[in-house]
Amino acid sequence: MAEITYRDAVARGIAQEMARDPDVVFLGEDVAKAGGVFKATVGLYEQFGPLRVRDTPISEQAILGAAMGAAMTGLKPIAEIMFSDFFAVCFDYIANEFPKSRYMSNGQTKCPLVVRTGNGAGSRFGAQHSQSVENWCMMIPGLKVVAPSTPLDVIGLLAAAVRDPDPVIFLEHKSLYATKGEVPDGEILDTLGTAKIVRPGKDCTIVALALMVSRALAAAETLKNEHGIDAEVIDVRSLVPLDTRTILASVAKTNRLFTVEENPRLCGWGAEIVSIVADEAFYDLDGPPVRITTPHIPLPAADLLEDIVLPTPERIVDTVRRSLGS
Amino acid sequence: MSTQKDRAPVAAGSGLNDDIGEQKRLDLYRSQVRLREAEQRAFDLFLQNLVKGTSHLSLGQEAIASGFAEAMVKGDLSFCTYRGHAHTLARGVPVEKVLGELMQRDNGLMRGKGGSMHLTSEEHGVMGSYAIIGAHLPIACGAAWRAQYKGDKDVSVCFFGDGTTNIGAFHEALNFAAVWKLPVIFVCENNLYMEYTPIGDVTAVQHPAADRASAYGLERIVIDGNDADEVYRTAQKAYAKARAGEGPSLIEAMTYRHSGHSRADPAKYRPEGELEKWKERDPIKIYRERLKQFGVSDETIDAIHADVMKEVDDATEACKAAPNPPLDILTTDVYADGGWAWRN
Repeated sequence: MAEITYRDAVARGIAQEMARDPDVVFLGEDVAKAGGVFKATVGLYEQFGPLRVRDTPISEQAILGAAMGAAMTGLKPIAEIMFSDFFAVCFDYIANEFPKSRYMSNGQTKCPLVVRTGNGAGSRFGAQHSQSVENWCMMIPGLKVVAPSTPLDVIGLLAAAVRDPDPVIFLEHKSLYATKGEVPDGEILDTLGTAKIVRPGKDCTIVALALMVSRALAAAETLKNEHGIDAEVIDVRSLVPLDTRTILASVAKTNRLFTVEENPRLCGWGAEIVSIVADEAFYDLDGPPVRITTPHIPLPAADLLEDIVLPTPERIVDTVRRSLGS
Repeated sequence: MSTQKDRAPVAAGSGLNDDIGEQKRLDLYRSQVRLREAEQRAFDLFLQNLVKGTSHLSLGQEAIASGFAEAMVKGDLSFCTYRGHAHTLARGVPVEKVLGELMQRDNGLMRGKGGSMHLTSEEHGVMGSYAIIGAHLPIACGAAWRAQYKGDKDVSVCFFGDGTTNIGAFHEALNFAAVWKLPVIFVCENNLYMEYTPIGDVTAVQHPAADRASAYGLERIVIDGNDADEVYRTAQKAYAKARAGEGPSLIEAMTYRHSGHSRADPAKYRPEGELEKWKERDPIKIYRERLKQFGVSDETIDAIHADVMKEVDDATEACKAAPNPPLDILTTDVYADGGWAWRN
């Protein structure tokens, strides 16, 4: 057991899979010799050499297209897109190519690859380097979408993503890279499509993802200590496949649902969860499901402004408290 | 059939021919006639409203598909565009499978789930037909990267039109392939029109692919895409270079499509007489004359036509008799487990 950062967990997860399977290869901008702009891939080039860990030009379409061609013909590529905002310049592969080739070919074409990317706000980078784009990916049939919140989940879910036979979008949160967590020694392998109850409770369910998980947990502590509200917090971890059983079971117990999303308001992932709960657990609910999101605006750069728009523990506490009428 | 890829090459000087050899010339002819007749049949079937959706024909461009395919060996990979019927057939995919897909029947190559623009037959090395312009150039790079990484000797060949040379993925892929020295061949079929617009009206250079080659450190290659011998020899040279680890090639093959861009296009934008001029240079007409120069009898040539027509006629009847796809395939193969489940 050791305490490591989320950043180091990325490199450890990739290294674990590359050591296990020689067909796992890794490509992206500045990922090899420089060790990544977030220093999340330091040491891989030295450990696995220039044939398996490759620097690319600034060509996001070439990166994702090459990953797909390699995956179709027998490799298990991990491709890095430096900032998830850049998905917009290579979205053809994410929206049209990876997820549809198997279906269109009636099952002939395979696409076992992972796209890792730095997602999310908090770095004061402004509207084109701070977005949370998990909802861009969640809406596309054929993709799997994962967003870990802890170093342990980074390793376990990355390993599961690499071993998965489908294309997986793996969203690392930039504001979590420096956070630390306990990680056991040896191989770590988790399961896609499993949410985790990270704090049991009985009065309401708060569903969160990535950076929002720690904020939901902090809010739950305050709710308990200052308001006597015992919140259950669920880390969704995987948007596709989506572990609706865990969420529905929690709502059946607590009778209230809150989602905490970093997406802008419209069509955020929480809307889908609220819709499922409304359809399938309406009579379990004692009040309306509530979404806590960023407002529907581009993200501002200034620290003061960015901090206001992202859901905070204080905003979560306030929303839950008012909604529960305590 | 002309599509047996593992046949031993005919030695230079054998029979009555030169480096290409009589058997390969007959194969090249048979292949071109087969693509022509299958696509002509597809055209006839849309007039009968039996081919649904859109369709983009390669009538007049057959020498490129045939020349490159006949120079491939088993295991080489083709990446095609939405104008991909010819390239798919040229790798040996049965006419029935292609027409069945165009007619959206259960006997189609993908049982109607892909349609005309997405023909795929991995067992024949046809790694997909891509309908987003330029998308498959980086994908072909990835397949070539796998060959390089694993030490496999196959070559990835990527076909595309002149219009593709103005999209970003073309330039990203060429630079990427050149920097990584990948065993990939980029084949631009310059048929003079980007959909409905003359390519020269929207491109800064005369030869939209070849005149960009120097930007990526590649040789400038322009060939007569209506001469199957020239295409075949060019392909052989490029494959040998790729297999030797000497990197990618970019080839611009000049040609002309006899029909419009797609089913919806009567091609009225073409100047009067242009089509007639190019029909004088019809690749099949050119090649029939060449066979005769080499002493091949009319009887042999006619027998090839008869064989091809039988395959096309039989395929047509089989497709007309084939059922529609069953509804239970709607939700299959979204994910690798065979299903479509996105939640538990």
